[in-house]
Amino acid sequence: MKLSNFLLFFLLFINLYNVSLAKDPSDLINEIVDEAATVLSSDDPVESKIIKLNDIAERSVDINGIGMYTLGKYRKSINEEQKSKYQKLFRSYFLKSFSSRLVDYTNPRINVVSQKKINDKYTIVNSILEATSKRPQVKIDWRIYTKNPKRPLIRDLIVEGLSLARTQKEEFNSIIQNNDGDINALFKTLEEFLIK
Amino acid sequence: MKKALSVFTLIIFTLLSNNLFAGDDGKPELSNTKNGYVEVNDCFEKVNRGIFGFNQVLDKVVFKPLAKGYRMFPQPIRSGTSNALNNLSSVVTIPNNFLQGQFKDAGLNSARFVINSTLGIAGIFDVASYYGLKKTDKEDYGQTLGVWGAKPGCYFILPILGPTTVRDSIGSLVNIAGGDAWYNITVVNDTRYFSEADYYTSKLLNGIDFRAKNLESFDSLEKSSMDLYASVRSLYLQDRYRKVKNIDKTTETLSDDDWEELDSQ
Repeated sequence: MKLSNFLLFFLLFINLYNVSLAKDPSDLINEIVDEAATVLSSDDPVESKIIKLNDIAERSVDINGIGMYTLGKYRKSINEEQKSKYQKLFRSYFLKSFSSRLVDYTNPRINVVSQKKINDKYTIVNSILEATSKRPQVKIDWRIYTKNPKRPLIRDLIVEGLSLARTQKEEFNSIIQNNDGDINALFKTLEEFLIK
Repeated sequence: MKKALSVFTLIIFTLLSNNLFAGDDGKPELSNTKNGYVEVNDCFEKVNRGIFGFNQVLDKVVFKPLAKGYRMFPQPIRSGTSNALNNLSSVVTIPNNFLQGQFKDAGLNSARFVINSTLGIAGIFDVASYYGLKKTDKEDYGQTLGVWGAKPGCYFILPILGPTTVRDSIGSLVNIAGGDAWYNITVVNDTRYFSEADYYTSKLLNGIDFRAKNLESFDSLEKSSMDLYASVRSLYLQDRYRKVKNIDKTTETLSDDDWEELDSQ
């Protein structure tokens, strides 16, 4: 076999291999929903459930990306030291807020219904949280960051058309704005929330 | 009632005129657009936060306990109440369907209203859905003004009633100026069959039904929020934006501008 043919086959093989490793965004949501449902319906103590839920979040959510997004215009004016401090604080805040919200649910049933690729970086996965006797069904869409197709990550949850990342961004920006643009006020508020 | 209406109108127009001078740079502006969203001015944030605090107390003392009590009724009773209230809201949705040029939805909602009011016994049973006439989104005069191009104007909080904007308040005024047939036959023309009390009871029940459906979500929001006022403001404005644009698909509500800069992989 000529060297050029060999190279062609080799490149084709590598390409096919990479395509086969790419993870479908809907599969990601199905997997984490199943995993979370198993944790939430188990008889484990609450602390153990929180540890497992946080582990799922760390693997499947782009916490640093969301953190920087929620800073809005202020992310351009912070220095490296502040950025590093913020990322640590945001990670702890996110995990605490995420697990405390979820742990109250006993067995949420979420069905993925469709997905739409917006561009190479983002796909929206549409799902439905089934109704219970207490509340009607809820439409939940997931913004999936797919720049690395082998490791898609969640960047936003859009509940009935309302973006949680956008809400978080506007909340953080309000805290900073009401303290004359001082980012340290946000750090202080986050620290207070974490020790609550 | 007329006096209250005049005072309310005066407040709205004062807010509108203040809003004209609310720009940061001193230039008159109603609002500006960024990332596809209309950024709304919170012109009286300090006052709003005060009223928001008052509403929170009222919610804890009155509405939340009422919603919890309502939740104790069997599911069929709550569904029936919810259906009947939804049916009543059709009398505002239908004219707004027409005003927004949604003629197909106007026809569908009119048919739903006739079927559910008769066969569905005053709307308690959603018989129309059984016949394949599926529910559409509610419409109001605030949304119609938005569809016609009116900007939201100042964001503010009303005691008891909660978040609104100048545009949405004007929309609510249209209801009591003849735009709501239910208001007309209960409050304006006190007929043999309905009285003013029926209108206010239906509004109160609407509030309790909404609160009962969202007990867990509100608790969760309160628990994880560091500035609840700002979170509620963001959620309200996002919701109104989506409703005015009559957007159902998330991909149409998203603006990637802010996300595009963030490459972490």
